[in-house]
Amino acid sequence: MLSIENLHVSVGDKPILKGINLQVKPGEIHAIMGPNGSGKSTLSHVLSGKSGYTVTEGKITYESKDLTEMAPEIRAREGVFLAFQYPVEIPGVSNIYLLKAALNSIRKHQGLPEVDAMDFLTLIKEKVRLLEMDEKFLYRAVNEGFSGGEKKRNEILQMAVLEPKLCILDETDSGLDIDALKVVAEGVNSIRSPDRSFVMITHYQRLLDYIKPDFVHVLAHGQIVKSGGPELALELEDKGYSWVEDKKAA
Amino acid sequence: MSSVIASRYPAEYSKIEATLPGGSQPWLRLLRAEALKQFSGRGFPSLREEEWRYTNVSGIEKNLFEPRLEPSVHQVDKDWLENYRLADCWQIVLVDGYYSAELSNLEGLPENVTVKSMSKLLEADAGQIEAYFGQAVGIDEHNFVAFNTAWFTDGAFIRIPTKTALDKPMQLLHIVTDPNRLATTRNLVIVESIAQAQLVETYVGTDQSYLSASVTEVFVEQNAELTLYKVQCESEKAYHYGGTYVKQSRDSRFSHHNFAFGGMLARSDIHVDLGHASECNLNGLYLGIKRQHLDNHTRINHLEPHGISREVYKGVLDGRARGVFQGRVVVAEDAQKTDSEMNNSNLLLSNDAEADTKPQLEIYADDVKCAHGVTVGQLDEKSVFYLQSRCVDEETARNMLTFAFANEMVFRITHKSLHDLVLAEVLKRFPQQGITQDWL
Repeated sequence: MLSIENLHVSVGDKPILKGINLQVKPGEIHAIMGPNGSGKSTLSHVLSGKSGYTVTEGKITYESKDLTEMAPEIRAREGVFLAFQYPVEIPGVSNIYLLKAALNSIRKHQGLPEVDAMDFLTLIKEKVRLLEMDEKFLYRAVNEGFSGGEKKRNEILQMAVLEPKLCILDETDSGLDIDALKVVAEGVNSIRSPDRSFVMITHYQRLLDYIKPDFVHVLAHGQIVKSGGPELALELEDKGYSWVEDKKAA
Repeated sequence: MSSVIASRYPAEYSKIEATLPGGSQPWLRLLRAEALKQFSGRGFPSLREEEWRYTNVSGIEKNLFEPRLEPSVHQVDKDWLENYRLADCWQIVLVDGYYSAELSNLEGLPENVTVKSMSKLLEADAGQIEAYFGQAVGIDEHNFVAFNTAWFTDGAFIRIPTKTALDKPMQLLHIVTDPNRLATTRNLVIVESIAQAQLVETYVGTDQSYLSASVTEVFVEQNAELTLYKVQCESEKAYHYGGTYVKQSRDSRFSHHNFAFGGMLARSDIHVDLGHASECNLNGLYLGIKRQHLDNHTRINHLEPHGISREVYKGVLDGRARGVFQGRVVVAEDAQKTDSEMNNSNLLLSNDAEADTKPQLEIYADDVKCAHGVTVGQLDEKSVFYLQSRCVDEETARNMLTFAFANEMVFRITHKSLHDLVLAEVLKRFPQQGITQDWL
């Protein structure tokens, strides 16, 4: 599904990612962990197409297509979804309108007709219940005045409605209390499927207690320095990031 | 410094003087003479005056706009006028500076409410006017007020008597129908104690060059409440001056919504004097396209204690348009416990658009809460990317964000047909593909 080969990315003249290799197959969950400044967020931004990053070497292939050639909205319509670390407030545009516009853009991209208004409402209300959200949120401006936890839930709601193939969760656990974390994790787990893959970027191991990854990768200084199974996350939690960073240096 | 160029207008005054209303009233004759004398000295305000430093009105001297000497409604295209008539409102229509009873609609208006043509009332019962005329603004304010005072041909006199609440808005529809026309109206609005009203001033004109220069004096008496909307949709070739001067008595409430959409050059003055524990809200939205110049000048005078004022003005400027916001809040020494907030934000959509913003706070009391903030900028790129990451293409994302920025002010209109009219005017000026009301 996603293949990252020898990816080098710079911001301005400064190299941030220095040769990332990652293979994600359908249905797999990959966790990418790493200390602050290791390049975790850069990786999520590059995958989703945010401007300001230059790919200097290597390639990103998504479903046999060159992802870096696509505009952000095309990637989104092709099924790449980024759940933001800091979701943006959009005063004046309602949640429900954005969801409908996004869903219809995907359907148009796939050559399907616009979604029926009643079907859309039924679908959306089901997802709202799943995430234990108040229906009133749908009619409020996107993220405006939402608490940190509400914003993260809203990201997962969008993900649940748009049914992407590749979900990138950028520090979705940050700023969440334990109850909100459980709800968000349940939302994610409920949309797991054999043809949907996840890349979860996180600083802490605790999210992985609720969403069990197939693989854990440790990012440091712009490179993946260690890969393993879920047990790697526990080992990291135990020994701290200096363990892998020191290893790299040695 | 070059000498001041005398205005061409005073020389024309003798041609119209005899036709102006109120000639039989010594107080008005005197006031008009003083105003003419003051205007003759300096002409229209120049860039050298601090309150006019961003707005060059000298173009008005290049044309010699001419007043209509007597009222006429034969030239009015009724179908066109229908576009601006609000449903579910009483209407007072002013054509080329004259009150038209024929085009107005006051059916079902409570009998104790007075709506009269200024010229008729000056003949029948001038005392009602004399008591208020010039009390909210004097000719020394600046020379547009002096010009209006000397030149006004007619206007509307509206009085909502005490304890009367109007159940629907009253629309004051100013229209200009001729090329090169000068339309000068003077209006008085009195909302007596414990009365409630909503008034909509709409300014429109056919597609030609003209000058509309009106002054409205407003008195909101004790415990009264007035919401005043101004929807300025003048022709793109027109000059517009509109001055709204408000005096608020104790415990009164006044809200103003200023929508500046039309005109080649348009200037609005909104000045409010607040009495004890009174409250005022000033909202504004100016949308400039092409080469439009839209100047909004507000002044809030907290004269007595416990007053509250809230001001939000937003500008969206595209093409080579220029928007000006000058907002001044003055808190007098006696006005303790004043609570005031002022905010102005501007969105520039092109490299050639310009916003000049100047918030001013003058505080002479020591126990007050006053805040102000100003921004001038482009769309937030983080928001654009967020929408793109949700499948929306970049152009639509930018249109959505621009519309959302402006819509925050439109959203505040509670009256349905007025809301729809204003929304349609917004969409007309930013006709990007796919903007729909669904976004709300």
